[in-house]
Amino acid sequence: MFALSPQDWTAVALSLRVALVATAVSLPFGVAIAWLLARKSFPGKTLLNAVIYLPLVMPPVVTGYLLLLAFGRRGLFGAWLADIGIVLSFRWTGAALACGVMAFPLMVGAIRLSIESVDRRLEDAASTLGASGLWLFATVTLPLALPGIIAGAVLAFARALGEFGATITFVSNIPGETQTISAAIYTLTQVPGGDAQALKLVAVSIAIALAALIAAEWFGRRAGARRDGA
Amino acid sequence: MLSIDVTKQLDTFSLAAAFSGESGVTALFGPSGAGKTSVVNMVAGLLRPDRGRIVLDGDTLFDSDAGIDVPVHRRRVGYVFQDGRLFPHLSVRRNLDYGRWMCGLAHDEAGFRHVIDLLDIGALLERRPGALSGGERQRVALGRALLMRPRLLLLDEPLASLDDARKREILPYFERLRDEARVPMVYVSHDADEVRRLASRMVRLEHGRVTATGGVELID
Repeated sequence: MFALSPQDWTAVALSLRVALVATAVSLPFGVAIAWLLARKSFPGKTLLNAVIYLPLVMPPVVTGYLLLLAFGRRGLFGAWLADIGIVLSFRWTGAALACGVMAFPLMVGAIRLSIESVDRRLEDAASTLGASGLWLFATVTLPLALPGIIAGAVLAFARALGEFGATITFVSNIPGETQTISAAIYTLTQVPGGDAQALKLVAVSIAIALAALIAAEWFGRRAGARRDGA
Repeated sequence: MLSIDVTKQLDTFSLAAAFSGESGVTALFGPSGAGKTSVVNMVAGLLRPDRGRIVLDGDTLFDSDAGIDVPVHRRRVGYVFQDGRLFPHLSVRRNLDYGRWMCGLAHDEAGFRHVIDLLDIGALLERRPGALSGGERQRVALGRALLMRPRLLLLDEPLASLDDARKREILPYFERLRDEARVPMVYVSHDADEVRRLASRMVRLEHGRVTATGGVELID
């Protein structure tokens, strides 16, 4: 009775792949930008901060449309990328880009908070011991901020999993290519008699979200315990 | 040898300190809020003077006129902080090894053993800093600073966070260190007994000014 159709499974697998790729690819950028915002002062910092948070406050359809303008086949970067064989529009990679952009503010926000909470006096101590730059970051700041970085990644993953507006605007709703769980649910609710099938996918998305949050809590606690020297 | 002549406008007063330290232990002595920590922070490179010069063994660390300001990580000045500042995510062993690793020094088992024995911390190596007592933590912090083979060791009230019993427990280690390790030290304290016991020379700092320099017998 609770069997998912092959098409449903495709949507679930695609959603997981899109969300994972979006999170993994944006994480290094997220950490770098969070570090800049937490630890450095530079001209244009307020502007950078505002731009990072834009996708959170703009209508998702606007973000999706801007992505289409920029990365569509005839777009600003899209045409150039198409020349070297990278096509994002109407592909699952484009869905990952849209999800990554939409989830980025949450990721950067969580990581920035965790870096700000790292005791700078420990970084000072490390520098008197000869550490600097990337080494200092990798050996002191990063491990101490790890619980927050994991939390940020999971939050971004969960957000990417549920993204709808920007994705459907940028890459449409193509079964097997860009139809994620959200888009599949939307499609099912638009056809007569699709409600039962839609509810199954709703249950699946709740289960994935719950699992992600529990995993985040567990990893965060483990990393926190390690950090605090237990 | 360390020579320092710096000025710095701090939040509540201006600091103008000039003195030189020789081999052995120079105590930087004075009441709380006299600017002692600011002075050692300037030697370490953690605080930038407004003007002046800091020279260590003929090597200029800071010179405002010449535009020299050697970054903290290249000064090779060991620093024992009042609050220890051990890395909570690393074991005691890796804390001790951190400076050697970051300074790119070869592993020196004999030197490592010597410092471990000197400070009696061999039994603590696999523990995390969170599982150490206050006295143990300061001994590890001292070992960590020594093992980077510093040209100068700064100790900023390393006993201030400990109760009297712990101080009595740890003071002998500082005396052994003074007698055995060949590294000049600047020892910051507001405690006359500690200074008399450890230092050979003292610089008295009050309200950001050096008010006396000389032997520790000058302390009344």
